[in-house]
Amino acid sequence: MSPLKIKKGANSHSAYNLRPNFSDVQETHTLAVIVDNEAGVLARVIGLFAGRGYNIESLTVAEIDHSGKLSRITVVTTGTPQAIEQIKAQLGRIVPVHRVNDLTVDGPSVERELALFKVEGTGEKRVEALRLADIFRANVVDSTLESFVFELTGPTDKIDAFADLMRPLGLAELARTGVAALSRGA
Amino acid sequence: MAQKMTGAKMVVQALADQGVDTVFGYPGGAVLPIYDEIFQQNGIRHVLARHEQGAVHAAEGYARSSGKPGVCLVTSGPGATNAVTGLTDALMDSIPIVVLTGQVPTFMIGSDAFQEADTVGITRPCTKHNWLVKETSKLSGTIHEAFHVATTGRPGPVLVDIPKDVQFATDYYTPPAKANLGHYQPQVKGDLETITELVEAIEKAERPIFYTGGGVINSGPAATQLLRELVEATGFPITSTLMGLGCYPASGDKWLGMLGMHGLYEANMSMHGCDLMINIGARFDDRITGVLDAFSPGSRKAHIDIDPSSINKVIRVDMPIVGDVGHVLEDLLKVWKARGRKTNSGAVQKWWGQINEWRAVDCLKFEQKGKVIKPQYALSRLEALTKKHDRYICTEVGQHQMWAAQYLNFEDPNRWMTSGGLGTMGYGFPASIGVQMAHPDALVINVAGEASWLMNMQEMGTAMQYRLPVKQFILNNERLGMVRQWQELLHGERYSESWSESLPDFVKLAEAFGAKGILCSDPDTLDDAIMEMITHDGPVIFDCLVTKHENCFPMIPSGKAHNQMLMGEADTQGAIDAKGSVLV
Repeated sequence: MSPLKIKKGANSHSAYNLRPNFSDVQETHTLAVIVDNEAGVLARVIGLFAGRGYNIESLTVAEIDHSGKLSRITVVTTGTPQAIEQIKAQLGRIVPVHRVNDLTVDGPSVERELALFKVEGTGEKRVEALRLADIFRANVVDSTLESFVFELTGPTDKIDAFADLMRPLGLAELARTGVAALSRGA
Repeated sequence: MAQKMTGAKMVVQALADQGVDTVFGYPGGAVLPIYDEIFQQNGIRHVLARHEQGAVHAAEGYARSSGKPGVCLVTSGPGATNAVTGLTDALMDSIPIVVLTGQVPTFMIGSDAFQEADTVGITRPCTKHNWLVKETSKLSGTIHEAFHVATTGRPGPVLVDIPKDVQFATDYYTPPAKANLGHYQPQVKGDLETITELVEAIEKAERPIFYTGGGVINSGPAATQLLRELVEATGFPITSTLMGLGCYPASGDKWLGMLGMHGLYEANMSMHGCDLMINIGARFDDRITGVLDAFSPGSRKAHIDIDPSSINKVIRVDMPIVGDVGHVLEDLLKVWKARGRKTNSGAVQKWWGQINEWRAVDCLKFEQKGKVIKPQYALSRLEALTKKHDRYICTEVGQHQMWAAQYLNFEDPNRWMTSGGLGTMGYGFPASIGVQMAHPDALVINVAGEASWLMNMQEMGTAMQYRLPVKQFILNNERLGMVRQWQELLHGERYSESWSESLPDFVKLAEAFGAKGILCSDPDTLDDAIMEMITHDGPVIFDCLVTKHENCFPMIPSGKAHNQMLMGEADTQGAIDAKGSVLV
């Protein structure tokens, strides 16, 4: 394997074989980008996505090492396999980027998102919301007689599912952090 | 204990410590402290351009012809925004330049101050990296890091934005040896396993071709030497992109000429028909590949590039090698020699037989008849009359640029300065000024079209002030020739806004600046006129009146493949379908 993790040799002896290699299949990948925490670094990363027409589905960023001044940007993106490879290579050449990990291909990983749901309602709907929150193990972090704020942590699809359930029960506002992710194991 | 110094003095000190001898620039409010320091020293020459864009292109010309980074100093706001075209040009062509911009004082940033612009924001996508320096203590270290980033890995433009209060404040200077260069250290050695795989492919290849680009030249003289050794030892044919001209001598018998949209028939046909393509420091640009579906079917492809993002960007390759061309070629030669210097010489011989048939088509032939100078003839004569000189050629952008690439021969690298990726009209004249600054005794010629040349004609003042004997060889067809050619082929011969109306009298224009002007419209007097230009000790504007409606051939029309070239006027009817006309 080359440093690019491109399969070598294989079957692409001709440009006519490009189709299978450059497939139109859209994949979703979670990338962890470790960067110097300096002014404008986030602008460089999202400017790259905007400038080259790549998708951003979710983006989280925070400092992870204060003394080393490093931040971790977790970005969930979709594209063809070729586009994903380009995104990683393009991210890798931004000067303050230390490394780019593709958590989707590098092995198993855990992904979590935190979300806050404001659900407004009274009577049976209010009871039902609380019951579902219990099933999903969401915490109540604020409560009035007409509303709850639930806090829920989990993978994106769990948050989506809970949001779908809350919608008919009076979901008034929703705030999500976007995905944070780490590879499993040592 | 070291003495404290002002930020402005640090700038000059850092440039001196980086070995900078020439700075191209234009003063203004936000860089006055630095200009004050420049005034009080003699180590660094400052060349006053007449427009910031000219200053950046001059720095590019200096860098490309010398292999050293070019340096540019401009003020905040309009100074910085005028530099944007040059920065983008340098980014596209991977040219190492360091641009220093003044900025309003830190405490005024964000207040819409006079001549304030968000320079790092504006230039973020058109630099390799940029910095806003908010503390004088970090200024010198940042400048050293800027030089490091500009010149290592895939070279490119960098920008350091320096607020005026940072220039006035004092702090300790950091010498280059003590500067923190960050973690940026691109990989230069290629993967040996893949290199060995490429050597195996070289041993077996029946129809190989070297497809080289600007990366060879950027890698430095050692890479050029190694490439030449490899080509001679294997006997494989070699072609090059516009950016790579000179990495292999045009007089070499393995040379096929430039490839691509206006490349030579034999080069494009060989690319189409090869079974092993060895891409060395080129990037499968769309001007090279033609339609991707039909690009070189039936070839295995190797790609040597220092930038991982260049690999598999447009063309999927079988043997990707990330590394510096010089280092990879050194390893490649070592492995190939150790394995017994084998090639499939019988098959390669046959391949040459085929190539020679393509060569025999003589795709660049033209006939100079009548009393009007053909542009191809003008360049052929320029080639013949200047080839014995230590000659540096710049160009603007358009038909003349392609003809220059086709009809001028380059024996050495760093002799050919042209805006390849961005295609910047107005590049050539200021670039020629930068080249002449780097090579005071060389013959520097800017092959231009009249329309491109007018875009930065203000630099005549610079050429005169510094007595730079740059020769402006203008192929004047009173048209935006390439635009006109596309309108003819793609837009029903509706020549919308593509002629040069109200042109100046170029001879009088030259004289107005105190330079020499030469007008030539007669093929019979062309040689004498060119000799007069070469021998004149000073800047010359050469107004060469050429055929008005000449088209540039060969041409791979949009949406077509390498083996579907238009060879001349007879081929042009219906050559480009509706789908192709959408492509640029």
